[in-house]
Amino acid sequence: MQKYLKFSLVFILAIALVAVGTISCGGGAQEEKEAYKIGALFSTTGSQSNLGVPEENTVEMLVEKINADGGINGHDLEVIIYNDETDSTKCATLANKLIEQDQVLAIIGPTGTGNSMAIIDAITTAEIPLVSCAAGASIVTPVDERYWIFKTPQTDKQVVIEIYIYLQSINISKVAIITSTSGFGQGGKTYLESEAATYGITIVDNQTFGSDDTSMISQLTHIKGTDAEAVICWDTDKASAVVAKDMQTLQMTIPLYCSHGIANQAFIDAAGDAANGVIFPAGKLLVVDEIPASDPQKEVLTNYRDEYLAAYPNESISTFGGHAYDALYLVVDALENMEEDLTLAESRAAIRDGLEQITDFVGISGIFTMSPEDHLGMQPGSLALIEIVDGAWTLAQ
Amino acid sequence: MSADQFVQYLMSGLTQGSIYALIGLGFTIIYAVTRIINFAQGEFVMLGGMLSYVLAVKEGLSMPLAIIIAVLAAAAVGTVMYLLAIRTARRASVISLIIITIGAAIFIRGIAGNRFGVNTVSPPDFTGSGSISFLGAYIEPQALWIIGITFVVTILLYLFLSHTMVGKALRACAINPGAASLVGINTKAMSLIAFAIAAAIGGIGGVVIAPLAMASYNMGVMLGLKGFVAASIGGFMSPITTVIGGVVLGVVESLAVGLDWGPFTSAYKDVIALVVLLLILLIRSGKLAAAERAG
Repeated sequence: MQKYLKFSLVFILAIALVAVGTISCGGGAQEEKEAYKIGALFSTTGSQSNLGVPEENTVEMLVEKINADGGINGHDLEVIIYNDETDSTKCATLANKLIEQDQVLAIIGPTGTGNSMAIIDAITTAEIPLVSCAAGASIVTPVDERYWIFKTPQTDKQVVIEIYIYLQSINISKVAIITSTSGFGQGGKTYLESEAATYGITIVDNQTFGSDDTSMISQLTHIKGTDAEAVICWDTDKASAVVAKDMQTLQMTIPLYCSHGIANQAFIDAAGDAANGVIFPAGKLLVVDEIPASDPQKEVLTNYRDEYLAAYPNESISTFGGHAYDALYLVVDALENMEEDLTLAESRAAIRDGLEQITDFVGISGIFTMSPEDHLGMQPGSLALIEIVDGAWTLAQ
Repeated sequence: MSADQFVQYLMSGLTQGSIYALIGLGFTIIYAVTRIINFAQGEFVMLGGMLSYVLAVKEGLSMPLAIIIAVLAAAAVGTVMYLLAIRTARRASVISLIIITIGAAIFIRGIAGNRFGVNTVSPPDFTGSGSISFLGAYIEPQALWIIGITFVVTILLYLFLSHTMVGKALRACAINPGAASLVGINTKAMSLIAFAIAAAIGGIGGVVIAPLAMASYNMGVMLGLKGFVAASIGGFMSPITTVIGGVVLGVVESLAVGLDWGPFTSAYKDVIALVVLLLILLIRSGKLAAAERAG
């Protein structure tokens, strides 16, 4: 009886082990491939939260879609998203975490110029590709010092030129600029100053403010005392909305031009009536319905807009989500062309090379053709000049 | 700078200064009675502003009711903070208690960020928005409310401290806590009252500031610092000097932008507050240290 019991117990244990072994191997007949892990750094809190949140939403939506469609060459895509709280110290810490601990193949983001600049050294030393979602031209230039860095939004320099060309066309030559002390604001200030002479613009007043300031009345009062014909404000939506509102309080009649940092609904909500009449350059996404069908971006824009609003019915579209869309798909493109079974270092190098070889990628922010000399790769004509009329975006006349 | 511009700078400076003054009053009251610098004062302001938004806009209460509940809630948080964090550590040194207030500030801020989210919100203006012309300058109606309420709160506080028994007991504690307890004043109760009043004033500040300067879970950090500077200028001892300190700070910041000369430009606007703070602390640290040794 004892021997029989012992034999039964061993037999049952053996069956159990085999069963567990089979189940844990996965339900399907084929072997599962390892997921491709990439990292993302977005500012979902802090002064740039209205940029970071749509970026995070977009990436989560697209990852689900990509995996549902079978992944990348059979590999699932996994994106580890961290919130850098619009703080460059936190961003640097999290970047290192992604590189060393999570051992990701590539990183998309950060959201902001300041944070992007803060991690360039770490990225270059770690030899991992980065596709930033920030505007500063200095992120990808000088290109021989930015071997591993790419970006998707139009540079601040391109946006400044777009504004100046428009001002020149309506015979405005004297402007007052009011910029924030953040990396983004100072980037804008640099190009506003350097490009002015080329377009016949004279800067008659140069004011600054902090991104978290809640009153720009003093600075605008100073501007009001000059003969400026227009005000150009350079910061993201929160502080720009304060500038717009304060201009209205001071009953200033000259027009306000803003950066592409206000390309979201949050600006209109915060500024209220003061948002009307503001003109700014941005990606075509905000006026997708006015874009002609002949435009190669029309289909991609319309699909993204429809999918985003379906997945997040309480949100509105923003060009910032579009920057993350572009960054993610650029990396996906590079992953699709990557060989199997490379080491971590080889994979990172392969993705970097793949990114540099992308041609004619029709994205949300524009059409991208990267090269060793150009890690933005944005062709001209990607910006639209947008005016806010009755709380909605339309193409400026 | 034209005359019109000068008046505009004054008005804008007066508005900002009133904001700093309201916050500074909280620092002054607590320091005077307990010798503690309460670095959570800015968070009481934040609670007032955020709660008034949540109650009025999200929960749909009427504005006056939302305001009253927000201020009472801020006062309650101040009281609880005193009982749990300060009273229980009463044997600790003043420095330790000050650090405890920093911890309390981080705690309150974290809970607020979690419960209210991280977005910046704006409760509705008390009497409508727009711009009105006032003494040659343009000002929002809410700014007049801020200036007016700061004035009223200061007067009420002054009357309370000078004409009521409790007020006089508070002042006695401020002058000499040892002597005050010897004549039968319950210094522990006075400390509690000081915290409750400071938190309530902070809450009132938040409620009246938020429609103009917007509210977010971390608005208390910078506002707390500016209020601290205002209280420093006023010497931490009297509501009147605190308000003068706040207004001076606001006006100097505003005029500096207008002057646009040397270091006095908009780029250095925030630096002014910090430089003033350094100077005050240097000057006063000598005097305070001597006073501590004597008293």
